[in-house]
Amino acid sequence: MSKYTEDNLKIDLETKEYEYGFYTDIESETFPVGLNEDIVRAISKKKEEPEWMTEWRLEAYRAWKEMTEPEWANVHYTKPDFQAISYYSAPKSQAKYNSLDEVDPELLETFKKLGISLDEQKALAGVAMDIVVDSVSVATTFKKTLAEKGIIFMSISEAIREYPELVQKYLGTVVPQRDNFYAALNSAVFSDGSFCYIPKGVKCPMELSTYFRINQAGTGQFERTLVIADEGSYVSYLEGCTAPSRDENQLHAAVVELIALDDAEIKYSTVQNWFPGNKEGQGGVYNFVTKRGLCEKNAKISWTQVETGSAVTWKYPSCVLKGDNSVGEFYSIAVTNNFQQADTGTKMVHLGKNTRSTIISKGISAGKSQNSYRGLVQIGPRAENARNFSQCDSLLMGNACGAHTFPYIESKNQSAQIEHEATTSKIGEDQVFYCNQRGIPTEKAIALIVNGFSKDVLNKLPMEFAVEAQKLLEISLEGSVG
Amino acid sequence: MELKETLLSSFIAFEEHIDVDASIHDIRNSAIKIFEEKGFPTKKEEAWKYTSLNAVLKKNYTVFPKYDSGIEFKDVKKYFLHEIDTYKVIFVDGKFSSFLSATTHDGLDVCTMSSALNKPKYKMVIDEYFHKIAKKDDSLTALNTAFAVEGAYINVPKSKVVEKPIEIIYFSTGAENALMVQPRNLIIVGENAHVQIIERHQSLNENTVLTNAVTEVFAQKRAIVDYYKIQNDLLSANLVDNTYIAQKQESRVAVHTFSFGGNITRNNLNFYHQGERIDSTLKGITIIGDKQLVDHYTLVHHAQPNCESHQNYKCIVAENATAVFNGKIFVEKEAQKTDAFQQSNNILLSDKATVNAKPQLEIFADDVKCSHGCTIGQLDETAMFYMQQRGIPKKEAKALLMYAFSNEVFESIKIPELKQRITKIIAQKLGVNLGFDL
Repeated sequence: MSKYTEDNLKIDLETKEYEYGFYTDIESETFPVGLNEDIVRAISKKKEEPEWMTEWRLEAYRAWKEMTEPEWANVHYTKPDFQAISYYSAPKSQAKYNSLDEVDPELLETFKKLGISLDEQKALAGVAMDIVVDSVSVATTFKKTLAEKGIIFMSISEAIREYPELVQKYLGTVVPQRDNFYAALNSAVFSDGSFCYIPKGVKCPMELSTYFRINQAGTGQFERTLVIADEGSYVSYLEGCTAPSRDENQLHAAVVELIALDDAEIKYSTVQNWFPGNKEGQGGVYNFVTKRGLCEKNAKISWTQVETGSAVTWKYPSCVLKGDNSVGEFYSIAVTNNFQQADTGTKMVHLGKNTRSTIISKGISAGKSQNSYRGLVQIGPRAENARNFSQCDSLLMGNACGAHTFPYIESKNQSAQIEHEATTSKIGEDQVFYCNQRGIPTEKAIALIVNGFSKDVLNKLPMEFAVEAQKLLEISLEGSVG
Repeated sequence: MELKETLLSSFIAFEEHIDVDASIHDIRNSAIKIFEEKGFPTKKEEAWKYTSLNAVLKKNYTVFPKYDSGIEFKDVKKYFLHEIDTYKVIFVDGKFSSFLSATTHDGLDVCTMSSALNKPKYKMVIDEYFHKIAKKDDSLTALNTAFAVEGAYINVPKSKVVEKPIEIIYFSTGAENALMVQPRNLIIVGENAHVQIIERHQSLNENTVLTNAVTEVFAQKRAIVDYYKIQNDLLSANLVDNTYIAQKQESRVAVHTFSFGGNITRNNLNFYHQGERIDSTLKGITIIGDKQLVDHYTLVHHAQPNCESHQNYKCIVAENATAVFNGKIFVEKEAQKTDAFQQSNNILLSDKATVNAKPQLEIFADDVKCSHGCTIGQLDETAMFYMQQRGIPKKEAKALLMYAFSNEVFESIKIPELKQRITKIIAQKLGVNLGFDL
């Protein structure tokens, strides 16, 4: 039997092609490239938005014009030309479907390739999906079941039309228009996204889920997600994405806002698998995302993410723990391979008393990739008895990659307790030897070890998602996840 | 006139006044250009994110003080480690005081930078080492280089074990309202040599002092260097201490920094590895209150395989004080089998005190053991209760816990008298008499 070593694995990883790279040929309606006030107005008009929304977008656009791209992240890339991007692209068939049969069969085929069979999902998993292909929602299921509970789950453009007062009240409260360069851009041009409102005291009976895809060549995608959990409610929200192979760099700048009112709980899970570029480091998606949640009294927000894709990732899901006794959690696995670069982490801002936060971050770098953890734990002067625990572990495969840790810890309260620890290691020869000795081949052993390394985070994923997460991890590190 | 302008204009006069050989002259000139371009660091720079020099720079500093050393040994005796015999290199207001010093050329060189820069016999050494490891593009280091004229020069030859510690003390008399001094030290420790150095900056009255010091240390093969920095100055003193250490194979260098006094204290401590199996130790105890700020900025650059580094910083912050720890471990891809450890433990004693920590790892090699830990917390209530129950008053109990907290750093002080001295300073700082030595 030929020996399967870490080097073999490395070669396997490097030669592994992106499996989900395909392109669906659906006729799309695309705006001319470039960005100016007229384009912003046109997007707003296209979405049949009210006046205040148009103004809100323009305000964001004006703020964005004054801003410059951030450069502090530990990533290097050619900056996208914002005037060479088309800011709106939507599948042409705008008709609303009552059943799946009416949906463009080609589109359904796309979902099948992604492993998302609506029927199957409906029957087995009980997952309601708001599927976004190139920014416009085309199929929504289980809406009825949710409606009975009073849960609003729809695309954000629909929500702007149907529940303007809710959107107006909360949009931009957690991530203001001028928060950062990409958030401002998103606020100005976002084409669609999801909106979710859970009424008081309601426990959402199923996992809400959205899949995003980038589909049209040269189209940047700017989703906007707004989740509001009213007092005492609970919701688990899943987000996952895969993108087709493309040579040209694609820009993805999403904004996600979570609002957990008193005693509410939001669990937000992401599996991100945008096209990472080929093994020479060409192409791939730029993923510049702003995600932030606000916790009121006794509320809890939990972020779980599995990041395997994108050429460049710049993402810091954060929690503002404003209310007393609120809890923030962040569980992350970031896998980088070939020439991928990831600068990801979280911010935990403790403002209220007895606030608690946990950060578990696992980074795996292979090939020539760079993987950075960047996190902030900030304890305000009024955050009595605040508590934080952070753990950041990195696993390096080969000596051409890098792992970096940049934690910022700021405490202004004497009763706060903060712990941070980080380690960097490789897969130990002794660990592999131990497995070999017991008849486990090296390939399986490495799979076992990587699995064990990421278990803390994988465990936090909802059942329905865990399978998919494993599947997506395989693409990045084939042979290491069994 | 702003301090930057004052410094730039006085540079010309300074250059005319001193007459040193051309190579240093060129170094000075290029350094002042870097400073002119960059200016003083501001909070906008990532490295100075938590420390602002603005208030300090507003004072009207005298850059070239008049020489007037009226101080007697008995006035300053307490600042010396007088229990034991030491070599001494003493400066008063930036000028060398031969009266207070005990230098030597017997077996090793312990003398002043000015003589090393001026005397031809040192030319080769200066050419080889001066400004070779200091970061060229750092604005404050550049400023120091431009005005480098005085400081300690220590050259320990091969296989020499220096039998007594060397004390370097900078006094400022407060003869000027506000004084800026820029000492420059060069320390070369030869193969298999061993030396212990104690450095201290001390002002003698409440007038403002700004010290911008640069120290370059070269540890050759298998050299052992123990460097102790005592920072227990008055609240009117500000210190930016830049230390650059280059280590050759199998050398061991340990730097202990004890920060208790001073208004703003910034320690830039940089280790560069130039050989295999090197051991670097960086330890610190910081106990501050009032509106003090102590900022530890460390870098350990692992460039070669099989090296170790240990960092351990303990901080106790009370009242309105701020402590900053910014540590970076950089591991190049050649530096396999690196064992790097970094720990920052902090205790906050007041709601107005602040701790900012940023322990960073940048790793490009896969077969390494790198870890860092950072904690911020307060004194253990149950331990306090336990002691109070047994009749130990609160104040003493608190002090005991703080001693215990900083013990890990204490125990590696190799000069017993110095250990006692530090214990005394801490007891004084905490306002207790513990009646025992650690």
